[in-house]
Amino acid sequence: MWKFTIRRILIMIPQIILLSVLIFALAKMMPGDALSGMVDPNVDPERLEEIRDKLGWNDPWHVQYADWVGGLVQGDLGQSFRFKMPVTELVGERIVNTFWLSIATLFFTYLIAIPLGITSGRYNDTWLDQSITSYTYIGFATPLFIFALVMLWVFGFMLGWFPTSGSVSPGLQPGTFEYVMSKITHLILPAISMALITTVSTVQYLRSEIIDTKQKDFILTARAKGASETRVYNRHILRNSLLPIAAFLGFEITGLIGGTVFIETIFGYPGMGLLFFESIQLRDYSVVTAVVLLFGIASILGALLSDIILSLVDPRIRIK
Amino acid sequence: MSEKLLEIKNLKTSFRIKDDYFAAVDDLSLSVNKNEVLAVVGESGCGKSALAFSVMGLHTRAKIDGNIMFKDRDIAHMSPSELNKLRGKEMGMIFQDPLTSLNPLMEVGEQIGETLFLHNKALSKEKRKEKIIDLLNKVGIPRPETVFNQFPHELSGGMRQRVMIAMAIANEPELLIADEPTTALDVTIQSQILELINELKDDMDAGIILITHDLGVVAEMADRVAVMYAGQIVEIADVHTLFENPKHPYTRSLLNSVPNANEAQDKLHVIQGIVPALQNLPREGCRFKARIPWIEDSAHEEHPELHEISPGHFVRCTCYKDFDFPESEEEKHGVS
Amino acid sequence: MAFLDVENLKVHFPIKGGIFGRTVDHVRAVDGVSLSLEKGTTYGLVGESGSGKTTTGRAIIGLNNITSGKVTFEGKDITNLRRARADFRKDVQMIFQDPYSSLNPKKRVIDIVAEPLRNYENLSKKEERKRVQELMELVGLSPESILKYPHEFSGGQRQRIGIARAIALKPKLIIADEPVSALDVSVQAQVLNFMQDIQKELDLTYLFIGHDLGVIKHMCDKIGIMYKGRYVEEGTASDIFDDPQHIYTKRLVAAIPDIDPKKRDEQRQFRQEVKAEYEQSYNDYFDDEGLAYPLQSISDTHKVALPEKG
Repeated sequence: MWKFTIRRILIMIPQIILLSVLIFALAKMMPGDALSGMVDPNVDPERLEEIRDKLGWNDPWHVQYADWVGGLVQGDLGQSFRFKMPVTELVGERIVNTFWLSIATLFFTYLIAIPLGITSGRYNDTWLDQSITSYTYIGFATPLFIFALVMLWVFGFMLGWFPTSGSVSPGLQPGTFEYVMSKITHLILPAISMALITTVSTVQYLRSEIIDTKQKDFILTARAKGASETRVYNRHILRNSLLPIAAFLGFEITGLIGGTVFIETIFGYPGMGLLFFESIQLRDYSVVTAVVLLFGIASILGALLSDIILSLVDPRIRIK
Repeated sequence: MSEKLLEIKNLKTSFRIKDDYFAAVDDLSLSVNKNEVLAVVGESGCGKSALAFSVMGLHTRAKIDGNIMFKDRDIAHMSPSELNKLRGKEMGMIFQDPLTSLNPLMEVGEQIGETLFLHNKALSKEKRKEKIIDLLNKVGIPRPETVFNQFPHELSGGMRQRVMIAMAIANEPELLIADEPTTALDVTIQSQILELINELKDDMDAGIILITHDLGVVAEMADRVAVMYAGQIVEIADVHTLFENPKHPYTRSLLNSVPNANEAQDKLHVIQGIVPALQNLPREGCRFKARIPWIEDSAHEEHPELHEISPGHFVRCTCYKDFDFPESEEEKHGVS
Repeated sequence: MAFLDVENLKVHFPIKGGIFGRTVDHVRAVDGVSLSLEKGTTYGLVGESGSGKTTTGRAIIGLNNITSGKVTFEGKDITNLRRARADFRKDVQMIFQDPYSSLNPKKRVIDIVAEPLRNYENLSKKEERKRVQELMELVGLSPESILKYPHEFSGGQRQRIGIARAIALKPKLIIADEPVSALDVSVQAQVLNFMQDIQKELDLTYLFIGHDLGVIKHMCDKIGIMYKGRYVEEGTASDIFDDPQHIYTKRLVAAIPDIDPKKRDEQRQFRQEVKAEYEQSYNDYFDDEGLAYPLQSISDTHKVALPEKG
């Protein structure tokens, strides 16, 4: 088990290095830089070249890469041209917001998926199951950004139940009860909007796991022991079906990343996704690379988490 | 000796295919006595497993008619909660494949413990563990304390089947159903498991229904044998009569088609045609008629009954009287 | 020179371990097996699960990599299949255990049976169809059924489709890996009889891998018994069944259920004796690792794995 975990973590190192090289190359290939378009066109182009020289943008690529990685290791992600502050600081603020948004989304995802998946799997091919599967098909077919816009419009503007942008109401003192409550109310609508769409794959996964487990021979054994249907479900079917779902968690995190870009943009929620979107528009590449790198690392960690959970919960992998 | 433990009367177990119900077990009656091994033999599709599942009430979507009297209570029409008080306590079952029949994510001890817990909730955890270790010892598992905390995949096939048996006999059932208990096992393991079942039988004074397709296993284990074809019993007799003096064409054909390690045979007998699918079973007349086309129609009964030709020896239909194997079997391997 | 010669065949599978997944050890699935087949005969390879019998068969036909040893077919070295001539692959075919999973359910019978023909022979559509129909007739299935799909056939019929595919290229050797284990007894009889018939007709040689000693005895001229990747005994059917020498063979033979219920007690007693002997003399028959010793000849046909005297 420990060997497996350590090996799995070691595999991550080349993955992260490869990721950093890729991101660096992509950033360099992007047209223009932070100076193009942002600076008064009357400034002498030679002066711009000088600035570029000074910033090291004309060095050979490997020197630039080494500088960049050197900075990363020390926690320096570069300078944001748009916000005129270190990227690390900028990201630090946003990452907390995105973290809480993700946690809330995951919470709602499972809150919806587990009861729906269980009902659908247990009573498969009844009208109840059919309506749940219909919902999952609609969920698969609906684009997240359109659904989020509708949610925002209905619950944010028309009914006015939830705030329509930001992560907290202005003027509140951090640490106070009102501040925390405000943070939570700002989270709920974007999190539910995203969860309602992303949960459908988990619902379907859980449903098919349960239907699959139901037909296993050991379920017959359990019935032959005299276990009641409820016990058969709780002890044997659910337990065995929920384990793969737990392992699915890591991949769920990867899926969240794409979602946050849309959700944060639509809800004006100041997190990593919104930052990413804005930075691209402003060609603030040091921020874009930093965000993409962090997203990439989060995905790799998600996959790692999945593998570790799976090896923890499944004795067939755990004991070797 | 012959105290009746289980009496099945006119059992009909039907499955739904499209819009109709088809009987996999069709008007079957038989009884099992205490301390008796009744073997039910037949090929796949004959209804022998459907019979075993009906007795245990394991069919979730079948229509069951007739009566299954277990100690004077009809278990065919019992409520699930009443049935659950019997299953695992007074009736135990051993399945064919011990690997898939054990929960892969549960420790062996917990799985056996569940049977004990379900029927005696007052038993303390320590007492239960003691009992489980006893059971593991009883079924011949070495190092029971270790095995207690192991998962099924850590055990060999033979050990897994021993665990299944421990589970089935945990509450000392009066009726044990073994559905092909050794089919998935190697031959040396098979003989050990059969030996174990034999020992336990003498110990427990239980009635055993042994479902199998292996005539060798029948010859070694059974007291009485019921041969099933197409959902019906075609012949039933005590084991010696059945092997020495088989009557029904199907029984005789089966016995002739087994390659025997103890005597050389030139050619094996082949039964013509195939076992029809459930929805195509012949429901009128002798169901074996199509497989012995050289026997004249008049030899068969219109409504074949079981005839008692000697005490305890029943044969269905009258065609056995005229039956003989064809002399020249050009189509030994049967053109289909 | 025999028809098929296998000399000191070893198939080892690496066990990966440690943090870097290096090979820390090997599973010796087949550990020094030698056998030779005469043309037109049936050789039975018997053992319990994990004995390496299937791996041996698969290694000969090239489905498992050979670690060391030599396989000669009609005098030609075919150990390394990539270098071997293409006709070896034509000459040696395999029949698999499970007729339900070894046929592609999405293909029609004509495509399944014609597949080897398409690989090795350039036939026109019409010729191909005719050949497939002939093959179907040969295996006792109606030539009209070539447009059906596998699920429309019964287990025994499917196994015969598998055989039709195997004999399509007129092979000389067929490796049959538990060909009847998944079948009911009456269907099993059908397939076994049929295998014997086409053996005579096409002068086939069989390597018959199985665990059912009744079937093996019925089919085979010569039998090899494997245990943990090695041979424990080899001989004719009567050598093995009437005069078993190795304790493992004795135990295997004793375990076969007797079809005569009268011999029940006798059989039980015999088993007890063999069991006692097995436990008592285990160390005389197996080395420190619990593996069999090299084979020693005790008669022209009979070889037993015994420690060297002295």
